[in-house]
Order: sequence, then structure tokens, then C-alpha cells
Amino acid sequence: MKKQKYIRVFLVDYGMVFVLMALCILISVLTISDMHPEDPAAARSLARSLVKEVGSDINVLVVARKTSADEAYATALQDELEAGGAHVVAVELGTPATLRTRLEVLGQQDERVDFVATHDFSSKWRVLSSESRQEMASLYPALSKLKIAKPPSYRWPTFLTANNLIGILNQNAPIAIMAIGMTLVIITAGIDLSVGSLMALAAVVTAKSLESYLGGEDASGLSVVFAFLIAMGVCALAGVFAGVIVTAFKVPPFVVTLGLMMVARGMSYILAGGADAVKIEAESIGTLYSSSVLGIPSQIVLMVVLFIVAHIVMNHTAFGRYVYAVGGNETAARLSGVPVVAVLIAVYAICGLAAGLAGVLDASHFGTGRPKAGEFYELQVIAAVVVGGTSLMGGEGKIFGTFIGALILGVIQNGLNMAGVDSYSQMVIYGALILVAVLIDQLKKKVVKPASS
Amino acid sequence: MAEDSSLDNLDGPNRPQPLLEMSNVSKSFPGVRALADVSLTLYPGEVLALLGENGAGKSTLIKTLGGVHTPDAGTISIEGQPIQIDSPTASQQAGVGIIYQEFNLIPGLTARENIFLGQEASAFSWIGKRQEHEQAEELFSRIGVPVNPDALCRYLTVAQQQVVEIAKALALKARIVVMDEPSAALTPREVEGLYQIVDELRRQGIGIIYISHRLDEIDRLADRIMVLRDGQDIGTRDAKSLTRDKVIELMVGRSLDNEFPDETRPVGEVRLEVTNLSRGKAVQDVSFKVHGGEILGVAGLVGAGRTETVRLLFGADRPDSGAVFLDGEQLQIRTPRQAIAKGICLLTEDRKGQGLILGQTVQENFGLPNLRDFVSGGLIRKSTETAAFDRYIEQLQIKVTGGGQVAETLSGGNQQKVVLAKWLQRNAEVIIFDEPTRGIDVGAKYEIYLLMNELARQGKAIIMISSELPEVLGMSDRILVMHEGKVAGCLVNDEVSQEDVMKLATGTKDAVSV
Repeated sequence: MKKQKYIRVFLVDYGMVFVLMALCILISVLTISDMHPEDPAAARSLARSLVKEVGSDINVLVVARKTSADEAYATALQDELEAGGAHVVAVELGTPATLRTRLEVLGQQDERVDFVATHDFSSKWRVLSSESRQEMASLYPALSKLKIAKPPSYRWPTFLTANNLIGILNQNAPIAIMAIGMTLVIITAGIDLSVGSLMALAAVVTAKSLESYLGGEDASGLSVVFAFLIAMGVCALAGVFAGVIVTAFKVPPFVVTLGLMMVARGMSYILAGGADAVKIEAESIGTLYSSSVLGIPSQIVLMVVLFIVAHIVMNHTAFGRYVYAVGGNETAARLSGVPVVAVLIAVYAICGLAAGLAGVLDASHFGTGRPKAGEFYELQVIAAVVVGGTSLMGGEGKIFGTFIGALILGVIQNGLNMAGVDSYSQMVIYGALILVAVLIDQLKKKVVKPASS
Repeated sequence: MAEDSSLDNLDGPNRPQPLLEMSNVSKSFPGVRALADVSLTLYPGEVLALLGENGAGKSTLIKTLGGVHTPDAGTISIEGQPIQIDSPTASQQAGVGIIYQEFNLIPGLTARENIFLGQEASAFSWIGKRQEHEQAEELFSRIGVPVNPDALCRYLTVAQQQVVEIAKALALKARIVVMDEPSAALTPREVEGLYQIVDELRRQGIGIIYISHRLDEIDRLADRIMVLRDGQDIGTRDAKSLTRDKVIELMVGRSLDNEFPDETRPVGEVRLEVTNLSRGKAVQDVSFKVHGGEILGVAGLVGAGRTETVRLLFGADRPDSGAVFLDGEQLQIRTPRQAIAKGICLLTEDRKGQGLILGQTVQENFGLPNLRDFVSGGLIRKSTETAAFDRYIEQLQIKVTGGGQVAETLSGGNQQKVVLAKWLQRNAEVIIFDEPTRGIDVGAKYEIYLLMNELARQGKAIIMISSELPEVLGMSDRILVMHEGKVAGCLVNDEVSQEDVMKLATGTKDAVSV
């Protein structure tokens, strides 16, 4: 009985994790395909197995394309082959044409070649096809035993590669960061429709303040940071404004933020002077977006840190308790001494600040201030929060749930892209999946809380 | 007990056929046996009082009759015919009208529209307004209370809304009318009107199941009394054969010597003084004092400005003028937060709407005003919070599975104790109880009274608003009576009768000085 209860509670709190896992498994299965390794590690293991299987008394021609990645591959191959005692006749970095020339030269010099060591891509060049090799063998006895060696291919989901997963996180980081602020707002039974527009406003304010006041082309890194702070400050102030209108005049948050959404979007275009993008000349503008920590893009690190901080604030501080209390029962909260007005203003300010941060990241990403940045993002952000299990009625919701919600949406989008679904159909499927996710959540709650007496 | 019953001597063969028979009804919810083998018989033209503490199974039994719950076992017959009630519609068609505590009226529709809602032949059928209007008026005259059929329900008083609910049941030709705590939100005068309505329905041969906590009403109305305790059928008896004490004993399963604890305390210095407090018409020039160790009862009719006055003390509303002194120091209170900081606390009359956040755990509710006690380094130490709350669970004997239980699932008495715990932790010096025992069962009431006495003994100043005169007389050291926003008088509670208080509360007697 008790054990069942724990399982139920676990399902309610973390059921969306299973949905995310199921989605990942599904998309993985759908995207399984042949993987052809082209990294130095694969080169080394190819060299080792070649020496091990046919002995060290072999002459090998190393073949790859003329790119820096292939150069590293070829070098690794050559080093490992020579370390194993095999003889590397030559390293050919180039095209099928240069390879043909090289083989002809080797044939004419009667330089015996036993293996061409390469990777899957180059092994498919026509010059290395069996017909072409037979032809060459008939012309040059030195090439009569020519065989191809390449690392073994294996089947693996393209979805489930480090590059792709990091890409999903990186792409969705701005939405996920805004979803943190939105979670707080929705827990207080409010809503903030202005986040997408505030994101654009932040990007344009960053660009404009750099251009007009902070030195334009010559702006230092510090000036860029300063511009970021100004942009985020403007958005936080917009949030304070929304919070004041909501609390002082009891205007529904939906209406207040709808107005703010239009005002902010319009102001972004006015500031940009009607341009599609305001170019940022400062050199260090891209640093924030392109830098990384331990190989992970800084944007992702920032997002994860913010989620951890938000989780702690919501679960372990008085402010977090107050946010839940205001959403659960505003009157009871006020009569219990909760500073309801201050809490609500703070919550909208945080939401604005998060939108400002997303806008700053956008400016750093594109190197421009785009007044059309973040269009319809407010809906994606709300969707992430709702899919994450936060109730629009207020009073309940979890930061961790929002993280999962944002990931679910990101994974779905990525999966649809990989499956080659066109963007209109994507919209339909995306919307339907949101409905299903929320429906599952509701059904689950019904199972857990059966009609009481 | 009942004065006006047409069924007084209808025992044995003279009894007419029962209107309703529920036999051996059982119902279980996960982990709870809500009803075990309960049988209920209702005759036409009688009032059957259904009594029991909160959680005794009254609501479940009624919801079984109303088609909200399907019983696990047992049968229901109406006028001798076995019947399946598997939906609220089936229940209505069988002639059962249930008036729940929370009304099911749509505030934006008129009384007439509410009465006939759901009775349209089809969604597109023509509504004969004039005919409906006449029918509504006829129903209201049958009940004996004229209500304007064209008034929006939003603007009707609670008593009028109740009349609309009854009319709605009658319009569906209900022969069985169930009233769940019908008097809970009514003023004494309106309750008198309710008695007359019940009498009138009884005269018309309708069978009435009447659920109430107030024994006065049972005295006045009931022909027979049925008692439930922990889902068990304790039996149905003639009202005349039962004394009040016996009824309470049946309900709680033990005998209570007295409804109110006896207590004499030394009364100390003046702790709270209120002078010339005013806000609009609701509160006009109200002045009073409360001493340490004293319980000041505040009596008056609903709308007399009692709750409004204490809301000013607590900072929930702002006064137009007037001053509040605590231990001689004048207080500037603009928000509840400031009042709490000064040690003034309010247990609101609307526990569910204003006192608690129902969806949160009891411990979170408890912690809300007290977080500074549990925070170190900016983070809440849950273990200290749990330890503090556990002390109150023990001290106040709160029946919970632990601090993690959701407030919504507690009985009224235990909810009240949770609210009290959160103020005790705040070290409140002035504790204002607004209708502290409303909707709380007899056993828990007594515990709340003991706690109030205990707090007074500690030298705290206690203000208790109550609409139940026996409670005011039984608990207060002095009684402040309000009438239409003004203080009508302040009585020292010795040899004061209910009539003395009522005369002041209804304005039939001039103000009496302290």
C-alpha cells in the first residue's frame, strides 16, 4: 500500500522524465543508420588490427581528403602503422584524380602496394572500385594485390551522438532560460506573454547601446558586458512595470503582458530604425555564445546553472515558499503575512530578466540585434512550462519539470527535423504532441487522486 | 422535541409507506470504509435529522442518494420500488432534491433561469418566459418566501439563494428534500425563516433529511434523529426520546459533561485598546479594551461589522480613522504582515478560503508566517521546521499523518488547529478567533475551547467572534455586542441571558455602557 503510494507520487512528480526517455528511445530507433568513424582513434585501431591480422610485412598507401580533420586521421593512421612495423609507401591527401595519378606513378615505379588504408568516404571513390583496381592490376603488377582497408562501419542512431545532443541543448537554451521565469509567473497563477518581445528588445538595446554609446567597432569586452547589463536591466524594468500594473490595478496578467508584448515588439522595430537587424561591430560580441566550458557551450552551462539556482530558490528559500503560497491562495497568503505585492512584482521582474538574458544570448549568437528575434517564443516557453507539469491554475509546479518540458519540446523538434518532416507538418505534430503530453499529465493526476469522499 | 409534527403518533400499523428506504448501504474508498451497513428510512411529512461528527459518513450517504457515489452494497427503494441511482439525473428523476452546502447556482443567471436550468425539452426548445415566471412565483409562495424571479442570483442574499435552491428542487417535483447544513451561513433571523420553510414543506408531505451541527435546530425541527459515527449506523430514534446530552453522547461515542469547559482565570492589565475605529458604514466609531487573560466575546447579527472590525485590527483593511494600542504603545498597522510582527493574529471565519492554502501541506501552511525562524544562510532548514511543527502536532493533538499531509484532506477541527499552530509559533499576544468552531464537530469544538482557555491563562488577549450565542455566553469573560457597525453594548458575562444579548444585537435596546 505504502510502496504503491510512493510509486504514484514518483510518477506524478517525475512522470515526464519517462515521457522524455520514451521519446529519446523512439527517435533513436527511427534514426538508426550506418556510422562511419573518421576520427584519429578509429584510425589507430584500424592500423593495429591491420598489422595484427596480416602481419607487419605490408606496404600501405594512406588515403584521405584534404581537410584538417582528415589530415589528423591520416597522420594517426601513418604513425600507428609505422609503430606496428608496416611500411607506409605514401600519404595521399586529395581527390580521386590525385589518387589516380599517385597510383599510376607508384605502378610505374613498380612500388608494391598491398593496402590502401582509408575511411569509408574515400573508399567509395570510383578509382578504388573493384573494376578500377582490376584494370590497374592488369597494367601494373605492383598493384596486383591491392586491397582496401577501412574502419568497420556500425549501426547507431544519428540522434544519439554527442554533437546532436549538445546541439539540441544549445538551440533550446534561450527558451529554457525564459521558461524558468515563466514557471515562477505561472505558479502565481499569472502568465507573461511579453517574453518573446522582451527578448527582441534586449537584443536591439544591446546593439543600439554598443553602436551609439559604447564605442561601436572599438567597444571593449567590458563595454559589451555593460551593454548586456543595460539590455537585461531594461527587460527587468519592463517586468517590474507589468508586476505593478497587475498588483496595483488588479488588471489580469494576460491583458497587461499582452499590451507589453506589443509595446516591446514595436519599440524593438522603432529602435532598429525599421531594419531587419542592427549589426554589432564590436569584436567580442560573439564571445559569450561561442565560448565553452570543458567542451560544453557556455550557453548550456549558463542554462544548467540557472536551473539549479532556481530549483534551490523555489524549494529551499522563503521567497520560493511565498511564490507557491501566492499562487495557491492569494488571500490566505496575505493574511499569513506574505508580502504578496512584492512577491508578484519580483516574479514578473525575474521573468523579464530571463527574457533579457535570452535576448543578449541571441545578440551574441547572431552578432546583430534582431527586432524579430523571439517571435512566438512566448508560446513555446509557456508550452515548455505546461508540458513540464506546472498548473495554469497556479500553486503547483516544479523547476525540474520545466527543464524536462523544455527538453521534451526540443527533442521532438529535433526528431521531426531528422525524420525530414516539413515545417508545416512539424507544427501540426508539435501542437498535437503538446496536447497529448498535457493530457497524459491530467490522466495521471486522476489515477493518483481518486475521487475522495 | 419537535413542536409541530403531523406524524407524532404514527407508530406501528399507522405508519404510512416509507418514502425512502436505504438498506444496508456500504461504501469504501481506498483506505477508508466510509459507510458500513447503513440503513435509513424516511416517511412522508417528516424531518429526519442526520447527525454525526465530520467524517462520520453523512456526506457520503447523501451523495449515494444523489447519484454522486455508487454504493458498493445495499439497496435503495423509493415508495417501495427498488431503484438504481447511478447518476445525479437519475436521482432527480426519482424525486430527490439535494441542497448541498455549496450551492449550485449560476451567479450570472436570474433566480427563474436557475430554477429551470436543465429542464428545457431540448437545447433548442423555446423558453416560455412568462410561464416560467409564474411557476417560479408559485414555487416561492409555496415555500412562503417571496423572491424576485428576475433578480440575478449574484445579488441575492445567501438565504434567498437557498430558497432558490429549494424552489429548484420543488420544480423537479422532489418529494425527498435533503438539506446539508442549511443554516451554516444564515443569520439568526434567516434561520427562523428557514424553520418556517421546513415546516411548510413538511406540511405538504415532503420528506426532509436535515443535516446540521447545531443542536438547537435539531431540537426545533427533528421528528426523528439518525446518528452516524465513523461510517457506522448508530441507529434512528424518536427525537422526543433523546436529550441533548444523549445526542452528543451518541455522536462522539462518549459522554460530555458539558458543552463548554468551566474556567476562572485572573484577569490582568489592559493589553489591547481600540479607540474610535471607523471604516465607511461597516465600522463606525468602535472602541473597546481587552485585558490579558481575558476572552472578549463579540456578538451580533451577520452584517453587524464584527469581522470588518477585526480585519482593521489585523491590517487586512485600512481604517478611515481610529487608533489601536497594544500594551500602551500605539500601533501603525497597514498590512497583515505588520500586524503579525506586532503579535496580532487572526483566525479567519473562512478557514478554507482565507486561512489555509488547501493544496499545500499542513507544514507549509504552518511555516508560511514563520519562515524566519527556520531560515539560516538564506535557506529553509526543513528539519527545524518539521521539529517545530511536530511539537504543535503533539501539543494541540492535531490528527495528521505528518507534516506532509495536504491541508485539504484534514477535518475542520484539525484545519483550525493548524492555523492556530502557525500563530502560536509566531508568539501571538492578541489572538482573534472569528467563528472558531463553525463547521467543526462537537468533540473538536471542546478541544478548541480548552485551547482558548489555555491561551488566556497564559496572559494573552483573546477576541472571539461568534454567531452562536451559547458559545459566546459559555466562553466569554465579557461580551461586546455590535449592531449595524456600532458598539451596541458591552456586558460583563455574569448572569447574562441570550435575550439580553439579542436585544442589543437587534437594536431593540439602547447601548449599554461598559
